[in-house]
Amino acid sequence: MDKFSIENMDLYYGNFQALKNINLHMQENKITAFIGPSGCGKSTLLKSLNRMNDLVEGCKITGDIRLDGEDIYGDMDINILRKRVGMVFQKANPFPMSVYDNIAFGPRTHGVKSKRKLDEIVEESLRAAAIWDELKDRLKKSALGLSGGQQQRLCIARALAVKPEVLLMDEATSALDPISTGKIEELCLKLKNEYTIIMVTHNMQQALRIADNTAFFLLGEMVEYGDTDSVFSSPKDKRTEEYITGRFG
Amino acid sequence: MRLSRLKEKAMQGVFFLTAITSIAAVVTICIFLFYNGVPAMAEIGFFDFLGGQDWSPKNVPASYGIFDMIVGSVYVTADALVIGVPIGILTSIFLARFCPAPLYKILKPATELLAGIPSIVYGFFGLMVIVPLVRNNFGGNGSSLLSASIVLGIMILPTIIGVSESALRAVPESYYEGALALGATKERSIFKTILPAAKSGVLAGVVLGIGRAIGETMAVVLIAGNQVQIPSSLTDGVRTLTANIVLEMGYSTGLHREALIATGVVLFVFILLITLSMQAIKSRGEKNG
Repeated sequence: MDKFSIENMDLYYGNFQALKNINLHMQENKITAFIGPSGCGKSTLLKSLNRMNDLVEGCKITGDIRLDGEDIYGDMDINILRKRVGMVFQKANPFPMSVYDNIAFGPRTHGVKSKRKLDEIVEESLRAAAIWDELKDRLKKSALGLSGGQQQRLCIARALAVKPEVLLMDEATSALDPISTGKIEELCLKLKNEYTIIMVTHNMQQALRIADNTAFFLLGEMVEYGDTDSVFSSPKDKRTEEYITGRFG
Repeated sequence: MRLSRLKEKAMQGVFFLTAITSIAAVVTICIFLFYNGVPAMAEIGFFDFLGGQDWSPKNVPASYGIFDMIVGSVYVTADALVIGVPIGILTSIFLARFCPAPLYKILKPATELLAGIPSIVYGFFGLMVIVPLVRNNFGGNGSSLLSASIVLGIMILPTIIGVSESALRAVPESYYEGALALGATKERSIFKTILPAAKSGVLAGVVLGIGRAIGETMAVVLIAGNQVQIPSSLTDGVRTLTANIVLEMGYSTGLHREALIATGVVLFVFILLITLSMQAIKSRGEKNG
């Protein structure tokens, strides 16, 4: 089933067209990876899915992006959209507060007040992000004292705490060491049973390892989209083949 | 080669001299104040001076108790904070996060202009506008704790706004984006992530504001009434430490004069405490990253 459907989408930054006629359908409970060289528009597309591009001045989007059939640029409340579509950023960005308050931030935002309920959510989210055992004795400590990998998994837990349906990951492992990266990849494979995951990655091996579907972008166009194995083993487009065999990018 | 080394040494000397000038000034002021003030305090009696409630330098025997003035300074400063801090912080949030660019070009210089207005002009403004306003709306003769606090509250605005705004701007944008991405509104993202992250900077602005308020003289003297008393209501007159010095310095002699300098010592200690707490806030802020 399609979770996100994008039709005839164009995106402009001022006069510059960053995305050209994108048509893409992303399935529920799958991991979809966006790959392509820097500046190809993959991160831009990802940020359109929870409307973080709204923060960029002069950004204009035409076409249709639907979440469960509902136009996200239409009547949908933007804060509800962002509750349903969580995001993990390239650089881990825990708030300068305790581990507990980081996780509780989202639920509190959406009206959860009971201490017991918050305790539950914090534990549940940290467990879901596979970091409970490491952090359960440090809940009151500042999140800024954690290692980079722990911070990123904390951010995943924070995103999960508002019970989203979709998780967007914007090169979430690019700043991490291989061991932390491995942990997060493992986590993604586990999480896709409950969430739809859409990730941008620079690392083609990563897409190959964990993504069900892969879309290849070049200069603002989506060149090829299909299940990961066929995109990598028998690409239909010559440009895709050149990119994945390392001839450019 | 040797010449350039010489030049370097010479320049180093120049820098050292300029650096030492301000330190020398502080040390000189310190020595002057304490040399003249402390013996007077000892002569009057330390507790009679600080805790005494009778200031009558013309009586025989004279008494020099500045307790009412200490309380007056604290009251005026505290009430100025009640007015200046909320307005100042909210203004800095508006300037840093909400203000449209064309409006910013007007508002920012306007707040800076506020800092450049001479304090005597604030005093006039208080005398002509605030004092009658207080008299007509709250009773009393208008020259009061309330009038002084309102004017001081306005005077500390530029300090608080300037320092808090730069603290707010220094907060990484990623905190804001992180909060938005969780579905928080713009206001919530700002008040729950950016403002707490800028806390130590904002506090530093407030502390600087306290320093400015407690040291202010000219504006206060014109509008505070200057009665030596502990005000029992906002419309009562009040005399601050600074006002006490400036009102009587011109004609005082002997122990009276030294008592006024000792009043300056008390003021100096206040400022010292404020500066120290400022340092403490700063270093705590740095530790929390």
